[in-house]
Amino acid sequence: MAGSDALYGLGLDASKIETMYYYMVLSRALDERMWILNRQGKSAFVISCQGQEGAQVGVAAALDPTVDWVAPYYRDLGVVLYFGMTPRDVMLGQLAKAADPSSGGRQMPAHYGSRAHHILTGSSPVATQVPQAAGIAWAAKLRRQEGVVMTSLGEGSTNQGEFHEGMNFAAVHRLPLIIVVENNGFAISVPQSKEMAITDVAVRAEGYGMPGVVVRGSDLLAVFEATREARKRALEGKGPTLIEIKTHRFTPHSSDDDDRSYRTPEELKAEKKDDAIHLFRQWMIEQQLWDEQRDRRLRQRVKHEVNDATDFAEAALYPDPSTLLAHVYDD
Amino acid sequence: MAVMTYLEAIRETLRQELRRDDRMIIYGEDVGVRGGVFRVTEGLQAEFGEDRVIDSPLAEAAIVGTAIGAAINGLRPVPEIEFADFIFPAINQIVQEAARIRYRSNGDFGVPLVIRAPFGGGVHGALYHSQSVEALFAHVPGLKVVIPGTPYDAKGLLASAIQDEDPVLYFEHKAAYRSLKGEVPDERYLIPIGKADVKRQGKDLSIITYGLMVSYAQRAAETLEKEGISVEIVDLRSVRPLDVEAILETAKKTGKVLIVHEDNLTGGIGGEVSALIAEHALFYLDAPIMRLAGPDVPAMPYSPPLEHAFMVTPDKIAEAARKLAKF
Repeated sequence: MAGSDALYGLGLDASKIETMYYYMVLSRALDERMWILNRQGKSAFVISCQGQEGAQVGVAAALDPTVDWVAPYYRDLGVVLYFGMTPRDVMLGQLAKAADPSSGGRQMPAHYGSRAHHILTGSSPVATQVPQAAGIAWAAKLRRQEGVVMTSLGEGSTNQGEFHEGMNFAAVHRLPLIIVVENNGFAISVPQSKEMAITDVAVRAEGYGMPGVVVRGSDLLAVFEATREARKRALEGKGPTLIEIKTHRFTPHSSDDDDRSYRTPEELKAEKKDDAIHLFRQWMIEQQLWDEQRDRRLRQRVKHEVNDATDFAEAALYPDPSTLLAHVYDD
Repeated sequence: MAVMTYLEAIRETLRQELRRDDRMIIYGEDVGVRGGVFRVTEGLQAEFGEDRVIDSPLAEAAIVGTAIGAAINGLRPVPEIEFADFIFPAINQIVQEAARIRYRSNGDFGVPLVIRAPFGGGVHGALYHSQSVEALFAHVPGLKVVIPGTPYDAKGLLASAIQDEDPVLYFEHKAAYRSLKGEVPDERYLIPIGKADVKRQGKDLSIITYGLMVSYAQRAAETLEKEGISVEIVDLRSVRPLDVEAILETAKKTGKVLIVHEDNLTGGIGGEVSALIAEHALFYLDAPIMRLAGPDVPAMPYSPPLEHAFMVTPDKIAEAARKLAKF
């Protein structure tokens, strides 16, 4: 696994480091609020990023939202926030309101998308975004656009044919694509050992003629470094890279799942010690980039933003039923 | 104006559109160097280069999936699925993605994409090179499904499909490729998607059909004319959206309707057309609506007698029309 010893040389300054930490804290806090809204009966469905914030923010921070595209999956709250979705945007989607920028309340929560923010609209069938992301990268290459495309998915989804077809296509055409597998160990209830006969998804890359690297999701800087390297390769015309990020899922699959039937509390407790947010804060303090007082201030700010987003979305209007038939076709 | 085959009309339209719009790309299995297994794209790679006419890996979901991404990022992809029979691995991308992307993004994203695919039987293609798959896609809102029946329509409909902002499936009948010839103007013209065309005026009964069956119906109509039966032929040209007005107009005019398609009967386009007539024009009818279609067997068999027994032919159409005329 790649390490994160070298801060210098990564092109990170104190402000960027703080920004990355902020987005992890914001993602977690928004996600926790979604669960409260769900248990209050205000939101029918939650699917979480919790445990994967290091993977998501580490990847997104190494990209350039002004020229790069992302084709994320439904857990990627950290990615879409980094790419410009606001907490209000996210809460509008969570509460299925008309002004939800992803879908106007048509999709389940967490099915993000925004042309303005270069976030490809996502669906629930998994891995469909992989060939689509390759297509975006292909158009970028043919049109000689600057930038790369990042697509992400869970490890369970790498068993889908579209993952393999997309990987192959991207490799054949040496596309500027980064495929990120956020390996949280479970496809809903099925552990990785029953999903595939390999330990590292990254080895699948070799079969397509692209590099596959493994990093720990709790090591934010290692994730950043691996993504930065993949982006550099892509921009140099060397083609796609598969990055597998070993991460954790701190919640059940969704608000409709109960993970107590397939995971022990001990296992979950141990995983929660490997939390990117906690570990990164510690590291920042050790580096004298951070202290308790600043941490409290940041958490106050985040709490305010989450409250504001919740209030804003709760007060927002639902879509009018008369819009049911809109946007089937362009006309 | 030149006389062209159905295949040449498609090729020349692709050439014209590639010249006209530098965002357009063509790709699929064998479409480049080989010019396609039916030679529809012959010569196009030589003229436009490997960046615009591209041989793809043999993977239909990737062909359509990458086309969706390319369309979203500013290109006009016109991928080819080598045979309509092999479109099924791409159903997820066509139905769940291309068809739903505009709706699910509340209009933020659109997928201007044309998927061309040869379909249909009578060419010794057996189960997996003879299928008609249009009804499966015609069921899906968000898609448009176009099936030309003449070289002239093939050109105008293809140009419209390429210009369309939404995903269009463009099905080309294999038996029509070289058997159908007709005059095709050199200049570019557009035939609106969703507009039927009355191919023959008549007064005793109407045949509503599309694709290769249009020319078969015309042959049947010529035979029947000699017997004193006047047949009107309505070519749907698009099976989604359907031209409801044209369907009802011909039903009201002749009072007798025969719907013909090669695709199998149950759940086929004929069911939808007859429902529209039953709902909106029942009291104009002088006879029950009749359907002539492929049989409800899983697909077309190979051995010549079996293949012939499956196919809808001009004789079978004439026979059905005679029965209807007599009612």
